[in-house]
Amino acid sequence: MTLKLLAGDRPFLPRGVRIIDDRVRGGKVLLAPEKAVALDAIGEAILSRVDGETRFDALIADLAATYDAPAEQITGDVQTFLVGLRARMFLAVHA
Amino acid sequence: MTAPPPIAMLAELTHRCPLACPYCSNPTDLLTRDHELDTETWADVFRQAAEMGVLQLHISGGEPASRPDLVELTQAAAEAGLYTNLITSGVGLTPKRLDALEQVGLDHIQLSLQGTTADLADWIGGYKGGFDRKMKVATEIKNRGIPLTLNAVMHRHNLDDLERTIEMAVDLGARRLEVACVQFHGWAETNRDQLLPTLEQTKEAKRIVSEAENRLRGTMAFDFVPPDYYSDFPKACMGGWGSTGLNVTPDGTVLPCHAAESIPHLKFDNVRDRTLSEIWYKSEAFNAYRGTDWLPDPCQSCDRKEIDFGGCRCQALALVGDASATDPVCHKSPHHQKVVQALEAAMNTPEQDLVYRKLPTVSKQVV
Repeated sequence: MTLKLLAGDRPFLPRGVRIIDDRVRGGKVLLAPEKAVALDAIGEAILSRVDGETRFDALIADLAATYDAPAEQITGDVQTFLVGLRARMFLAVHA
Repeated sequence: MTAPPPIAMLAELTHRCPLACPYCSNPTDLLTRDHELDTETWADVFRQAAEMGVLQLHISGGEPASRPDLVELTQAAAEAGLYTNLITSGVGLTPKRLDALEQVGLDHIQLSLQGTTADLADWIGGYKGGFDRKMKVATEIKNRGIPLTLNAVMHRHNLDDLERTIEMAVDLGARRLEVACVQFHGWAETNRDQLLPTLEQTKEAKRIVSEAENRLRGTMAFDFVPPDYYSDFPKACMGGWGSTGLNVTPDGTVLPCHAAESIPHLKFDNVRDRTLSEIWYKSEAFNAYRGTDWLPDPCQSCDRKEIDFGGCRCQALALVGDASATDPVCHKSPHHQKVVQALEAAMNTPEQDLVYRKLPTVSKQVV
């Protein structure tokens, strides 16, 4: 099964998955069942736009505008990141 | 050496449990209720843990639901900012208690599975009616939408049911399935000859898990702990001793892993005497096998030394008699023959009754 997001998919963090500030080590951490994933600046930038309402295409457009990068170029990276999270059940989508 | 702060803490609230699984990860010397930390001490330990950088709290036992203050403790952990994971057999989790746990912020439940049928599960768990109660609890969890991991503990007597186990996990709405083959410490070591799977079962399990992982991508995630006696390399126990996690026993003893008390020369500190931070950074037991400087050969010159850190200390002690030896699971270990012999012995031992875990009788003190 392909877990790639479609343009109209609206990704969200399901119950039991959330982002916190790591008070001791600094930075942001994605907390999920029995897992903790330290987010780098790119991961944080992507997930801060994941709210269950924003469509995947809008999310890409926003990132492209914010970081002044071509949308085609960042789409692949964002897909890889989000597909990885979906496979671990850390991310779900409203179609 | 300077250790990083711990990420996860396993809180064994109690050793009491209605089940009597013959592979229980608790030590064979179980603690009775009169030794358990009280509510306020546990709450303080949770706050200390959060302050030193622990993110994930695994609330376990025994059966944590055997503690009447489970809801209060979960609330204290959630308020401290910890991600709360309840590791349970389900027995003792009434709908009312599940409601209360949800309300105080429980994040996730890991439900154990002893077998796919009542006959098998109740035999393994040593508790009649346990399976039916567990299935009711699983439905209650699903109806509430609480994130669920099913932890299927696998061994010779239930590995052939792996396909059915996976189906059940999907039906119960689990997001994650842990296929956890029994690791041989404590009670499991006592029952090793009866629990070790065959080589064929192990190969088949790997095939089934890998196929199911592909088939169920996006529906359910897998964590697979293979039986390490059949592995070429040892498991990186705890991701390296004293590097990521710690374990607090019912009486407040702090351990680098749940079986560490089996290492007789180590002295373990207690949260009643020292702060959690002091114990983590400064205690003798936590520093005993930290890092790689202490590693013997063949580990010292091995390119996997930062991957598996010499394997499991408790297993080295149990099989080689030396906690600082290379884990004999490793095919490079000079003692690897011990594992080969253990497997041979287990395959040639006729079927015997399992030894179920049990608490010692409390001796009444006469004053």
